[in-house]
Amino acid sequence: MIRFDYSRPSGVNEAVQAGAGAQVAYLAGGTNLVDLMKENVARPLHVVDINRLPLDAIEEMDGGGLRLGALVTNADTAYDERVQRRYPLLSSAILAGASPQLRNAATNGGNLNQRTRCYYFYDVDTPCNKRNPGEGCGAIGGVNRIHAILGTSDHCIATHPSDMCVALAALNADIHVTGPAGERVIPIGEYHRLPGDEPWRDNTLKTGELVTAIDLPAEDFASHYTYLKLRDRLSYAFALVSVAVAMRIEDGAITEARVALGGVAHKPWRSPSAEELLVGEAPGDAIFATVAGAILEGAQGQGDNDFKIDLARRAIVRALHQAANGTPQSQTDKRIA
Amino acid sequence: MITERAEALHHTAGRESGKRVAATPIATLPLQLTINGEERALQVEPWTTLLDLLREKLDLTGSKKGCDHGQCGACTVLIDGKRINSCLKLAVTLDGAEITTIEGLGQPGNLHQLQAAFIEHDAFQCGYCTPGQICSAQGLINEGHAHSRAEVREQMSGNLCRCGAYTNIADAVIEVLDRRANGEKQE
Ligand SMILES: Cc1cc2nc3c(=O)[nH]c(=O)nc-3n(C[C@H](O)[C@H](O)[C@H](O)COP(=O)(O)OP(=O)(O)OC[C@H]3O[C@@H](n4cnc5c(N)ncnc54)[C@H](O)[C@@H]3O)c2cc1C
Ligand code: SF4
Ligand code: FES
Ligand code: FES
Repeated sequence: MIRFDYSRPSGVNEAVQAGAGAQVAYLAGGTNLVDLMKENVARPLHVVDINRLPLDAIEEMDGGGLRLGALVTNADTAYDERVQRRYPLLSSAILAGASPQLRNAATNGGNLNQRTRCYYFYDVDTPCNKRNPGEGCGAIGGVNRIHAILGTSDHCIATHPSDMCVALAALNADIHVTGPAGERVIPIGEYHRLPGDEPWRDNTLKTGELVTAIDLPAEDFASHYTYLKLRDRLSYAFALVSVAVAMRIEDGAITEARVALGGVAHKPWRSPSAEELLVGEAPGDAIFATVAGAILEGAQGQGDNDFKIDLARRAIVRALHQAANGTPQSQTDKRIA
Repeated sequence: MITERAEALHHTAGRESGKRVAATPIATLPLQLTINGEERALQVEPWTTLLDLLREKLDLTGSKKGCDHGQCGACTVLIDGKRINSCLKLAVTLDGAEITTIEGLGQPGNLHQLQAAFIEHDAFQCGYCTPGQICSAQGLINEGHAHSRAEVREQMSGNLCRCGAYTNIADAVIEVLDRRANGEKQE
């Protein structure tokens, strides 16, 4: 592994001071950063261990929302009684990801900031614009079975690998950050970004900014939701396509529906105009197929991943049915009902 | 001894425009751990993983290095009772923690319930994944989220077994879970 300096601040201000400057990395659970340092992909000069910061609580907010500290582990978040009861979509998505051991170490802040699993990004002997700006993209025209079908650019076709973030996108979470210029709040939809011509930027976090918390708004979708994840094996694998649905139904008609896709783009993918088509409709195959088509408008395969377009179409329809019926996907029994 | 070895290396830190530049030698950092019940005052380099510390410096080679990337579970140990992949954990971050490895769970002649159940159920062939499987199973029991067979399979999915002993591993874990549910305690 590479060599680096190490510090272990105990307060947020101290951490942000240590985090200012180039080539500094915050270390949380380490499940992504340590791996990337072993592969020589992440090469920080200074590692700031944030594990002793007081960001490890889940707290009630005024108005009925829930605040998830950046250092609460994915496991503690998923099994928190309040999260399970009020935001089962989030619990389900977290439990669909990684493994029990990894979820015990992984933190909410780290999950948000985990980097793509594009094989070329990981392999320093191949060109990658995300790793080395301007070098070219090995995946375009290469092996790209796991890559994006929406929102790609000529510079990068990577996906964001998180399951948790797909649920956060459907729940309209807010990300709290603190940096050299103070605090700000970034809506989840604006947190991750499309690659465009700056594929090395995964998100809109500025240099030195630290995620402190994730806020879940009071509105919950505990009755009509699902997280449907499709992958190469039943567990311990990243999503090829995943769908998070949060829905409200009154008197047989959908009053609100949110659909977020994972595994298909550089960020959790939502299409508000397509979601709008569901409002006022009774659940049914025809409308669900129309909405799936609208969400996937413009989807383009890269060769190996062409199958994802049809897979996503069918996954969206299935997930909308699961949510409407109140029969969310089990993350233990992986048969898809 | 550990200190000497590490400090003798005089590593350089730093990189500029892709090249490593000579920097001040990095001193090792103090690390206090309780490992299998024994308090240890250690000195480690910041980039040493818990797995490498256990295996290379403390001669606790029960924990295995299968992939070194969090993808197999062979390195699973318990930190303060919680199972994690020790290959992705920098040791220096764990100051003050309590670590349990397979060596601490049971020893020849004094087997842990899970170890005995693994033997009873023929839950391994080559045995390479077994220490990780057993530490993981202990973590599963501590967590308390698995009750049915399907839940055990899912909750053990972070441990791969190239020999494919999964069916018997699940049997062994379930037996211990059941015995504990029926009030049988180990100590
Ligand atoms: C084998 C394997 C399988 C996996 N499978 C899945 C899966 O199926 N689904 C899934 O969603 N994930 C999966 N993961 C990824 C896992 O969820 C992430 O590695 C984890 O969430 C990262 O959290 P961490 O705390 O360990 O982050 P770290 O590794 O500590 O950090 C990751 C990144 O985030 C930055 N960071 C951390 N905390 C903060 C903060 N508070 N503010 C600003 N920046 C911060 C770090 O600097 C670093 O760049 C898998 C990982 C592995 C190794
Ligand atoms: S898809 Fe993006 S991350 Fe992958 S090789 Fe191309 S530029 Fe790099
Ligand atoms: S060696 Fe740690 S998970 Fe494989
Ligand atoms: S017993 Fe051989 S890998 Fe599991």
